[in-house]
Amino acid sequence: MEYRTISAGTITAAVKRLFLDCNYYIGGDILAALKNAREQEASPVGRSVLGQILENDAIAAEEQIPLCQDTGMAVLFVEYGDKVCVDGDFEEAVTEGVRQAYRDGYLRKSVVSDPVFDRVNTKDNTPAIIHTKIVSGSTIKITAGGKGFGSENMSAIKMLTPSYGAEGVKQFILDTVFAAGPNPCPPIVVGVGIGGTFERAAQLAKKATFRPVDSENPDPRYAEMERELLTQINMMGFGPAGLGGSTTALGVNIETAPTHIAGMPVAVNICCHAARHASTEI
Amino acid sequence: MTKKITLPITDEAIQDLKAGDSVLLTGTILTGRDAAHKRLYELLEQGKELPVDLKGELIYYVGPAPAKPGYAVGPAGPTSSYRMDKYAPALMDLGLKGMIGKGARSQAVIDAIVRNHGVYFAAIGGAAALIAKSIKKEELLCYEDLGTEAVRRYTVEDFPCIVAVDAQGNNVYETEPLKYRKKGLI
Ligand code: SF4
Repeated sequence: MEYRTISAGTITAAVKRLFLDCNYYIGGDILAALKNAREQEASPVGRSVLGQILENDAIAAEEQIPLCQDTGMAVLFVEYGDKVCVDGDFEEAVTEGVRQAYRDGYLRKSVVSDPVFDRVNTKDNTPAIIHTKIVSGSTIKITAGGKGFGSENMSAIKMLTPSYGAEGVKQFILDTVFAAGPNPCPPIVVGVGIGGTFERAAQLAKKATFRPVDSENPDPRYAEMERELLTQINMMGFGPAGLGGSTTALGVNIETAPTHIAGMPVAVNICCHAARHASTEI
Repeated sequence: MTKKITLPITDEAIQDLKAGDSVLLTGTILTGRDAAHKRLYELLEQGKELPVDLKGELIYYVGPAPAKPGYAVGPAGPTSSYRMDKYAPALMDLGLKGMIGKGARSQAVIDAIVRNHGVYFAAIGGAAALIAKSIKKEELLCYEDLGTEAVRRYTVEDFPCIVAVDAQGNNVYETEPLKYRKKGLI
């Protein structure tokens, strides 16, 4: 079998670029959704907030500075082709890319070593959260994003059981968003993971927040659920920055996986309007 | 209408503020968030003196990104205020006049605002690059080891925010969403 060799340095440079890009330049999907929301927003304060967010994102891109001070914890989804050979330690190459981006790009270092007792800043924003999947092929695909914790803290997971049905799933998602209220910097992007096991549902929910906000689930039943939830969430009235209005969310993305006969796990990962993610294929 | 306020904020200026007012602040403010609040609170519990005088001050809940060369500060938007709810009433009772952050506060904080004739301002979460334009200077006051979470003094000019809770306890996070909440929510 033919293997393709990729140098560790190439991985590091690509990861560094992804974190700089996603922190400086908001994605086209979010930008379009914010502009559209400003047109549609019922509240004058809400329109003004959306205008300021758009102005903010333009300043960040123009001056190449982070659009939000919380440049997040580094999260990466890697699809690692099985015909690729990296000439070095892959995880260390990724970590080094994160380290360089946060150091050289003036991004905030927001990671502490021990969660409960020490809480000492690691000073380089590592370790990153790396989800690696081996796929067939000879490339490495990386989708990366900085996840702010104002919105991460508003996320929730519940082990629903089958009898809850679609209504129970929707209710849990709406309850989670309602409880989050003004805290996660609305307008938000709601990532939902349904199925799998406890940890798979959570991982799918994160992955869903990385999906473009103008995309929809390929299964028409889930696409319909996404639209319905978005409408319901925007009826809650929290509005931009939680100061009241008709734009509480820009989108709802659902990802699913097969699950156990006894279960129906649902994870809701909330992401703020600073929904930063970027992708590359090496 | 936008109200311009010169800091330190006076009792009369606070009296004049109504929940929902747009405000531009000019003068100096303190910064501090989770870790600094925890330390200040622990000193209070031990009956010790604080390393900063809070009397008459506003504190901005912020952990800025590093400043790029040529910039006074890095992007510096508000962080979620509720995480400071445990500490805020004690600091207000010591003379802190107000807070700048984002998101809803507990009833205990709102009570402390009313009791102390204070105010809670909301800045727009995620508008960090824009907000930083109104911060002209920063000075480290204490807890340098906390990095982004250290306590600093910012000199601000026309710092944009909204009165979220006024001295009468009116709360925009309660009142405003209700105006846009629609019936038929499942
Ligand atoms: S929730 Fe998002 S937009 Fe708000 S402060 Fe955190 S990272 Fe920034």
